[in-house]
Parts: sequence; C-alpha cells; structure tokens
Amino acid sequence: MMRLSWFNVVSLTLGFAFLYIPMIILVIFSFNESKLVTVWAGFSTKWYGELLQNEAFLSAAWVTLKVAVMSSTLATVLGTMAAHVLVRGGRFMGRTLFSGMIYAPLVMPEVITGLSLLLLFIGIGLDRGVMTVVLAHTTFSMCYVSVVVSSRLVTFDRSLEEAALDLGCSPLDAFRLVTLPIIAPAVISGWLLAFTLSLDDLVIASFTTGPSATTLPIKIFSAVRLGVSPEINALSTLMIGIVTVGVISASLISKQNLIRQRKEERQAVRAQ
Amino acid sequence: MQTVTFAPWNDPNEKPLIRFQNVTKKFGDFTAIGDLSLDIYEKEFFALLGPSGCGKTTMMRMLAGFENPTQGRIELSGQDIVPVPPNKRAVNMMFQSYALFPHLSIWDNIAFGLRRSDMPKNDIVDRVEEMLKLTRLEKFARRKPHQISGGQRQRVALARSLAKAPKLLLLDEPLGALDKKLRQDTQFELMDIQEKTGTTFVIVTHDQEEAMTVASRIAVMDEGRLIQVATPDRIYETPNCVYVADFIGDVNIIEGRATSVGPERYRIDWSDSLPPLTATSATPFSDGQGCHLAIRPEKVSISTERPAEADNAVEGKVLDIAYLGNLSTYHVELPGGTIVKAQTANTRRISRRNISWEDSVWLSWTATAGVLLAE
Repeated sequence: MMRLSWFNVVSLTLGFAFLYIPMIILVIFSFNESKLVTVWAGFSTKWYGELLQNEAFLSAAWVTLKVAVMSSTLATVLGTMAAHVLVRGGRFMGRTLFSGMIYAPLVMPEVITGLSLLLLFIGIGLDRGVMTVVLAHTTFSMCYVSVVVSSRLVTFDRSLEEAALDLGCSPLDAFRLVTLPIIAPAVISGWLLAFTLSLDDLVIASFTTGPSATTLPIKIFSAVRLGVSPEINALSTLMIGIVTVGVISASLISKQNLIRQRKEERQAVRAQ
Repeated sequence: MQTVTFAPWNDPNEKPLIRFQNVTKKFGDFTAIGDLSLDIYEKEFFALLGPSGCGKTTMMRMLAGFENPTQGRIELSGQDIVPVPPNKRAVNMMFQSYALFPHLSIWDNIAFGLRRSDMPKNDIVDRVEEMLKLTRLEKFARRKPHQISGGQRQRVALARSLAKAPKLLLLDEPLGALDKKLRQDTQFELMDIQEKTGTTFVIVTHDQEEAMTVASRIAVMDEGRLIQVATPDRIYETPNCVYVADFIGDVNIIEGRATSVGPERYRIDWSDSLPPLTATSATPFSDGQGCHLAIRPEKVSISTERPAEADNAVEGKVLDIAYLGNLSTYHVELPGGTIVKAQTANTRRISRRNISWEDSVWLSWTATAGVLLAE
C-alpha cells in the first residue's frame, strides 16, 4: 500500500468536503427539532412523519415516478432502435447527419429544448399534463440511451447476428433472440440513466407540464421559494438515500457478474 | 479415405452443386471478384486458398447470402440463389470467430437452427444428441461457450452449422484460432465428419498446408481471380504459373530461355558461365522463349562428389543450413549468386552429417523433376 503524502491528503479532503458538505448539512438538518432550518434544536424525526401526511408532496412523488417509468421505457425502446440503425445500418444517405442529429440534444441547452417542446404542444393543441411531460422527457433522454447502447453495439461481434440469420432467423428474430439478450446490460443501464434524468429534471418539466401534473422537482422548487422547510430537507434526504441504495446495488450487481465471469473463465482454462 | 475414383469434375455428365457464372463483385470502385466462373460438385471438400484480400471470403459470403454479386449468377442445385436471403438458403456457415451465442448453452446453441425450422420437438432433441455425439461434446452440453476450451468451441460451431443438415457447409478459416498440434488433429476430424455426413464442404483458408490436407480440390485465388483449380497433388506438382508454384510450398525458380532439344525436352540457358539445364515440358515453348524452371527443394539432391549420371548438376557453396529436425534445408549459392535450396530427410543422426557451412557441394536433379513455366 502506498503511503499518501500530506499533499494528497489535503487534496482528497478538500475534494470530498467540497462534494459532500452541502449534502451532509442537509441530512443533519432534516433531523432538526426546530422549524428554523438554520438553528439546531435537538434530534427529531417528526419532519419525516409530517412529510408522509403531506398529500401534495406524495402526489407529486407519484407523478414523478409515473413520468420517469413511462418516459425511460419509451426512450429505451426508441434509443435502442436508433442505435441499432446507426451502428448496423451501414452507409446510407445522410447517415452522418442522422447520427449528429441524434446526439445534438445532449448539448442543447435545456431551456431551448423545453421551450421548443412547449411551442410544439401548443401548436398541435395537446393539453399539458403527465402525457406531455412523458413525451418531453423521452425526447431528451432517448439520446442518452442511444449513446450507451451504440457504444455497446460497436464492440458487438457482427458475426453473431449473421450466424443467427444463417441458422434461419428473420432479421427481427435475430435481433430479438441474439442481439437483445447480449446487449441487455447496456439497455438496462440506458434505462436507468433515462430514469434518473427524468427523476430530477426541473427545467423541461416546468415548461411542458400543466396544473394536473406537478413533478417532485417542481414542487420542491416552488416550496423553497416560500422558504426552506425541514420537511423539504427530509424529502431530499430520502431521495439521497434512494439514489445511494440504487447506485450501490447496481455496482454490486455488476461486480458480482464480473466475479462470476472470472470464475467461469478459470473453469474454462482448467477444462482445456 | 478419399476414393481414387472420386472425381466428379472430370465427368461431363455430372451436374455441379454450386455454379458461379461470370460473377463480379464490386465494393465501390474496388473489384473484389472479377468475372469469375467456378463449378463445385456434390460431396466435394473444396478449398478456396489465397492471401488475405484475394476475394476468397467474399466468395464465401456470397454463397451464404451476406453479399450479393454486382453481376452474374450463382446457382445451388441448378437454382439461382442470388435473390434468396441467408435465412432461406440450405447453406450453413461456420464462422471464423465461431460466433457462438454466449447467452445460450452448448445444447441450445446447437438446437438454435433446428428451432427456427418446423422440426418437431422430439426430433430436435434426437438431432442435437446426434450432433453432440458426432463432435464428442456430450459432457459439455449444459455449459456456456466461455466455459469450454478453444478446440471444444470449434467443435460446437461445427455441430451447430451441421445440425440442419445443409446441402452445403461453408467454413471460414475454421482452424485459424487453434494451435498447430490441435489444428492437425482437427483437420483429420473435419475430413472424417465430412465423409460421415456426405455434406459438401467449402473451406476458406490462407494456410496452404491445411488446404492440401483436407481438400479434394483447391482453387488458388489472387486479386479476385482464380489462378488454378485442381487437386492438391496437381497444384503442387504441376502449378500452372510461378504465382501458384511460389504460393504452395517452397520452390526454387530459375529464369532462363528455352530451346527445344527433342520431343517435350528443352535446353534452358540461364547463366553466362554455367552449363545449360535440361527439363521436360508438355506445354510447348518456342526457341528462345523466356521461361521459369520451378523445382521443389526436396527434388534436388545434394552430394559432396559430382554425381555420375544426372540430367542437371551444378556446383556451389553451402550458405546456410536450416535444421528442422526431420528435414534439413541447405541453401547453396551457385557461382553468379543464384541461391538454390535443397532438402534432405535426416535419416542419420546429426553428428554423422557430412556437409557443413562453406562446404563445396554438388546439386543435381532429373529432367522431369521441375516444371517449366512461361510466367
């Protein structure tokens, strides 16, 4: 083990402090007895109890979850299809243009995406609500899915698909029975990415939502404008908890996969 | 064993299984295959041999249906297969990378093609078991592809491509990933399986030894053209040009001018200072025509004394000795700088070898030992 020099220790401490002090303060104050966010008055979990009584927050959370599940699923289907065409379609007219256009929303300012979607929905007379937020989130998250899936497809051995065709599969069956199961981890991580993007999006959602569909980020943002309450601290702490559990379990799953794969490879070497 | 009488290509009444008719394949401006015609017969083990980029893989991919010819016609049992997509062809392919499906067990890999057909479930089970037995993989049926060795994977790929009993099996560099010893064993196994199943095999390879071992006929290709199509022994003994002679095995090429000195017998003037050589040739040469004498190193004898009777004998100095264990190849420099290789079997222990570096030696060969080639 390498000993850390004092310089390394200082930079490590500074870096982590910079990243985590705001969050730690938030978590600590979520257990504050006092209604005043900045004055510590003893430990209590009463704000968590009150949060569960708060109908407005709960319904916002429910809306957010619905939007995130629907939009990430839709984005995964569309993004995977786009990635497959762009990686496998060979050289067709305007391929470079198409791939550029798929990735453009990645760098497009959210305000512009939100505004243009708003104009579109007004233009075609679509009532703003859950549906429009789902469509908007699908639009901007499908390019992330497409990036993740196409980077997997680039390293995918083409002859596997050809073997499936050769053995009698239609092109659709070859995709369904061979390509999809093999790229499934990339598709799943694309879905997770789209899900988290949708979960914490504020800008695009506030452009495209209507009165019937207030998502959690919008709710929190508007509540904070009236002053930060310990209830919001509690809510944010719960979100941090959920995200942390999600990230850790995802990395544990992939690590276990890796360990299992190594073990099987060792078996294969012994079998020779 | 290949029977001596198996030579459908010599029978004018025999219908070919595969017929390439004036096939051209272009990729953009690049011509991969140029106006090529070729017949392959049922039960043949046909090898497409050539350096990388010669078009052999393109030929195979056109047979599998992954590429379509730019021009021309490809027939399978008399039927034009160009418009038929790969999943509707009675042709299966064994891929160079094996392309085993990593998420399926060995059993399911082999059953994959059968499940796409309308074969009843019980028959599928029987057929898979039969294939596992044929390729000696019964023990590994439940494993995944990454849990078995390279040689076993190669056999799974073979079993999977044979399971549907195709009219034609394509093998793309099937043994490329195996080490030499395993490759040799597998070559004989392949021949055995081809014999047992009676399937027509077309193999693509750049390994001339492999082609010589397994094939009933070899097509030597270069730059999208067929250079020579013949049985392995004909390719080796009577190459039709310097390219084939040079590509297959080791060869000495001596350039000179031919002069007729008798029926099918020619004198070759090749050096200003050394006596002319004698060679026979069924192909006629006009007097003074430029020619190449191609002669295999093992047909050149090496001795310390001048041989008493030899059609051709030249003296030189040993430059190098390549000791291969069973064989030794002597590189002998003739006056004037030409280097001729002579190969002898090491039937005696090395300590008894009487020729060493810098020794003056005599090389000799008969008039019929070499092949006289125009180009």
